[in-house]
Amino acid sequence: MPSTSPAVDVCGVSRTFGRRRAVDSVDLTLHAGECMALFGPNGAGKTTLMRVVAGLLRPTAGSVHVGGRSLRDDAAARSQVGLISHQSMLYRALTARENVEFAAKLYGVPDPKTAAMLALERMKILDRRETPVRALSRGLQQRVSIARAIVHDPRVVLLDEPYTGLDAAGGAALTEMLHLLRASGAALILVTHNVEEGLAVASHAVVMIAGRIVRRDTCASVDVQEYARDYKSLVIA
Amino acid sequence: MSELRAPGTFRAAWLLARKDLTIEFRTRTAFLSALVFAILALCIFYFAWDESIVPPPALAPGVLWVVLTFSALLGLQRSFGLEEHDRGIDALLVSPVSRESIYLGKAIGNLLFLSAVQAVTIPALALFYNLPVGQPLLIVSGVVLLAMIGIVAVGTLFSAMAVNTRLAELLLPMLSLPFFVPILMSAAQISQRVLAGRPLSEAGAYMKILISFDLVFIVACTLAFPFTLEE
Repeated sequence: MPSTSPAVDVCGVSRTFGRRRAVDSVDLTLHAGECMALFGPNGAGKTTLMRVVAGLLRPTAGSVHVGGRSLRDDAAARSQVGLISHQSMLYRALTARENVEFAAKLYGVPDPKTAAMLALERMKILDRRETPVRALSRGLQQRVSIARAIVHDPRVVLLDEPYTGLDAAGGAALTEMLHLLRASGAALILVTHNVEEGLAVASHAVVMIAGRIVRRDTCASVDVQEYARDYKSLVIA
Repeated sequence: MSELRAPGTFRAAWLLARKDLTIEFRTRTAFLSALVFAILALCIFYFAWDESIVPPPALAPGVLWVVLTFSALLGLQRSFGLEEHDRGIDALLVSPVSRESIYLGKAIGNLLFLSAVQAVTIPALALFYNLPVGQPLLIVSGVVLLAMIGIVAVGTLFSAMAVNTRLAELLLPMLSLPFFVPILMSAAQISQRVLAGRPLSEAGAYMKILISFDLVFIVACTLAFPFTLEE
């Protein structure tokens, strides 16, 4: 019987650093095949929230469950997650292929070499597979980083500013990839500053300011231009 | 995609160690700096040494352990620095491998790296100080390996703790050296006796201390490591 647990369930999560409350009582629920765009100005707490959801930070209060399980204590739950951050998380002395293959082996992908090639092909960087990462441009490194994060076909993908540094072709490859992931039933959380980019792939949109969720929408009912105007006024206010 | 089967603790540790050694083999930065330091230190001790006052078997163990300790610190420094550069550590922590595997992988990588440095340093020491080649030097190499296990166990843990701090280069030796004392004391005593041509059985008590500290440090540091990764 298929699991009825939400793909991602964030319940009353807060995270403080000293006296500063970076994330303040956040609740989010995301089901398989949904994509949540998370907008917010710099310092809104988006990256902290992503790190809490990824299990990299322990919440000060509240709980996070992925597929009904806690990422921090459950290796099987972690194997369902892919993380893309604004830092590449790659090893510069290794080639693109070696980086992706290493990730595939860590996740226990049955044929890591083929999986790595496929992920690099999906991100349209197969021709540079034997180039050391340090010799790739920022945008190409980002493509390798995305290939690394999706090599194990994750059910939940956390994307923190994934479009940073990508050129038009890289951005299009990423958007296509996100649509494919959604169609295959993966749940996505996409942190971005670019409203148009976010709404193009998202099913839900959330605005976060000063650690709190201040607005939630379903993308189907949203006019992009109007939403962008409203978001701008929220951020400036 | 077919069912994922995350690697077990030792398989994951080996994957990590192999990755670290591949990176070191390609860049050779830590290996060369540790090796150059070791050879330079041997040269300095050699030129400052008056053979008519101190015989080689009395001086060589001291030189060996000073050189070994500080070249080990140079190697340990880079261990988690590799992960910090582009936050590779985040990718490891999000993956299904356990924190213990990460620690063991780093420790195995460090041990192999330091063994490579010592494979050059020990023959160089024998050459500089005219030490007896053969069984005594083999026994000393075994003692070095045992000491390295303890040093790497402690050093890998503190390397993970220090890497995020501004004073990582200073903090690692400050944290590690006090814990190295029981290992270095035992190892120096054993090597001194062996190089002086005395039987190994004379150093039996020190051997027990060395092995005991190795075991204690391996277990304690493996258990403590997951807490060093908490932000």
